[in-house]
Amino acid sequence: MSKQINVALIGNPNTGKTSVFNALTGLNQKVGNYPGITVEKKQGICKLPRGVKAHIIDLPGTYSLNASSLDENVVIELLLNKNDKDFPDIAVVVTDVENLKRNLLLFTQIKDLEIPTILVINMADRMLYKGISLDIDYLEDKLNTKIALISTRKNEGIENLKQLISNYKEVSIEPCIDTTEIDKDYFENLKNAFPNQLLYKLWLVITQDVNFGKTDRNKIDAVANFKTKTKADLKRLQQKETIKRYQFINEALDKGQTIDLSQAKDLRIKLDRILTHKVWGYLIFGIILLTIFQAIYDWSSIPMDFIDGLFANLSEWTKNQLPSGAFTSLLSEGIIPGLGGIVIFIPQIAFLFLFIAVLEESGYMSRVVFLMDRIMRRFGLSGKSVVPLISGTACAIPAIMATRNIESWKERLITILVTPFTTCSARLPVYLIIIALVIPEGRIFGLGYQALTLMLLYLIGFGTAILSAYILNKILKIRSKTFFVVEMPNYKLPLFKNVVLTVIEKTKSFVFGAGKIILAISIILWFLASYGPGEQFNNADEIIKTEYASQNLTDDDLQQKIASHKLEHSFIGITGRAIEPAIRPLGYDWKIGIAIVSSFAAREVFVGTLATIYSVGNDDEATIKNRMAAEVNPVLGGPLFTFASGISLMLFYAFAMQCMSTLAIVKKETNSWKWPILQLVIMSAFAYIVALIAFQLLK
Amino acid sequence: MKTTLAHLKRGESAVITDVSSSDIPLKLLEMGCLPGNTVVLVQVAPFQDPMYLNINGSHLAIRKETASLILIEKVAHE
Repeated sequence: MSKQINVALIGNPNTGKTSVFNALTGLNQKVGNYPGITVEKKQGICKLPRGVKAHIIDLPGTYSLNASSLDENVVIELLLNKNDKDFPDIAVVVTDVENLKRNLLLFTQIKDLEIPTILVINMADRMLYKGISLDIDYLEDKLNTKIALISTRKNEGIENLKQLISNYKEVSIEPCIDTTEIDKDYFENLKNAFPNQLLYKLWLVITQDVNFGKTDRNKIDAVANFKTKTKADLKRLQQKETIKRYQFINEALDKGQTIDLSQAKDLRIKLDRILTHKVWGYLIFGIILLTIFQAIYDWSSIPMDFIDGLFANLSEWTKNQLPSGAFTSLLSEGIIPGLGGIVIFIPQIAFLFLFIAVLEESGYMSRVVFLMDRIMRRFGLSGKSVVPLISGTACAIPAIMATRNIESWKERLITILVTPFTTCSARLPVYLIIIALVIPEGRIFGLGYQALTLMLLYLIGFGTAILSAYILNKILKIRSKTFFVVEMPNYKLPLFKNVVLTVIEKTKSFVFGAGKIILAISIILWFLASYGPGEQFNNADEIIKTEYASQNLTDDDLQQKIASHKLEHSFIGITGRAIEPAIRPLGYDWKIGIAIVSSFAAREVFVGTLATIYSVGNDDEATIKNRMAAEVNPVLGGPLFTFASGISLMLFYAFAMQCMSTLAIVKKETNSWKWPILQLVIMSAFAYIVALIAFQLLK
Repeated sequence: MKTTLAHLKRGESAVITDVSSSDIPLKLLEMGCLPGNTVVLVQVAPFQDPMYLNINGSHLAIRKETASLILIEKVAHE
């Protein structure tokens, strides 16, 4: 077997680190989570010269080794633990040629851990444009490293980087800075207490704000003779250390880098003048949002209709082609309709992720944060809450994870608590199918009623989120220091490859993640709907035939009656009817009740569930929508899905907390059961009340 | 003229003189907000908050509240 080395990609956010990762690994990558936490772990394989294989980890972007978030914590945790199976044989620090000075801070810190480190200077294609020139030989010498000058945009320098990585043994591990100089006595004590440890490593453990390494720190604190530093003292030392690092970097860059400002052309200034403008900035942001929503609904309706029809045909085909029996009916009535319920909204998910990826990659998202901070603060949120609230329209789970860079705990908590109100993509299929059923197709001012309803539902979602943030801000008594630092990266044309990879990977993990649950639930539902206890179910044939003996029913009608009698007395029917009294005032029948209950696993299950329930004992070839339209209200007569029950159902889905995965994430991120349980109870109770009022008023 | 960063106007530049307040996050210092560095106010949101700065080539936005902790000396306009 060929030798495999561990390579860690490290760098500030916005340096194109992920592009370097994509360039090195191509499609040879997989994304998972770090065990126990929800930080994304990206890794891939890259073939190096001379048969060496590199296992590459793309670590979360960080500005320094002084972690202030869970994501950043992952970086230090790995770099401090020599026993980790992913501990790098070589660290590759990715920097942006335009922000070299700031990016080098992290580089000097990594060097000081005495890990072999290569410096990648990315975006070399921008140098001419910015009037920057570098003396690579001088910098290599001064920084004591190997430098790869690359451009992921132009795909230049990647081979050279691979070459450098494969020569990892020749890379120096000499530190850049002598940290001990910032307080000689203190470090002398430290050295005496732990003679075998790397001092900079100890220093990092001592100064970390996050929970990381508590045991280690306690061990250090236990040694009495230098437990002399207060928090404020430590911070002063960290300041001193930072200044020292910048002195070193400035010295290196003074000779190693020349910037001819007369050559620099700055698009940023011109764009920022408009995009962050007090009036135009907001206007443009509004237009972008409108465009995104419009695009998502218009563009994806075609593939969605196609997929819906396809699955209906597939189900029909299976039924006709395979010999009839339990397996065939499981396949055609359970699995295929269930899967159809998820595949159908791949187009929309993909579009949504596409837009979010483009906004992030282009650097525009930071401008939105800047524009919105003051407004959001009125509601107890942060400008950074905009990103979770926007990506919450795709899925609340990544959105809640995206709150991690909100520095103030109170603002972060409120963002986490209200994000599930935004209309996530899982609600979309529910809305779409109900809108199609109960909202007429007419137009007003050139806008369709159906599109307007959908838009309104999104506004309700956002409005509720903002309003509850305002209330929470008044109620919650948490004092936390607010600080807010956002980098305003340069505008970049998003790299096609990065955007595509993000869209594919996010959509894939969404479909497979949700797909598993939906598949399992479809099978369980099919079973529960196809079998039942006792006389009523098992002798359905007899019972119905006797009951309707006097009436002259056609064979078809009789079969229909038998099928629905069976369904009513199946396991699922019994359960459904047990909960029916609770949901009847909202205008739902027991089948919708089952769909709502199973939605608590994940909302998108709703359509799949109805598809499964309605297809059991239903021989008509039909799309999900046609089947739903044919349902009759058992109490009132007439169609089950009326304007009143439809609106009631949509409002219920708008407000109810029906996503176990979101609850699990909230528990993880807030580190307490209190918040997710409160979310579940309050949101669902609110949903019930609103749906009740809506139905009673409209019916 | 000695003042704080919160009093800088759009387009003006200044030299940072003191960042010793313990309420200034370390992250800000690490991004280059250190004594001796030049700061330019690039853009402000309504109510001059947050403020979009260029500190020695590093572009970042901070809130007015944080800016008022950073002491500066304004550079006279040429």
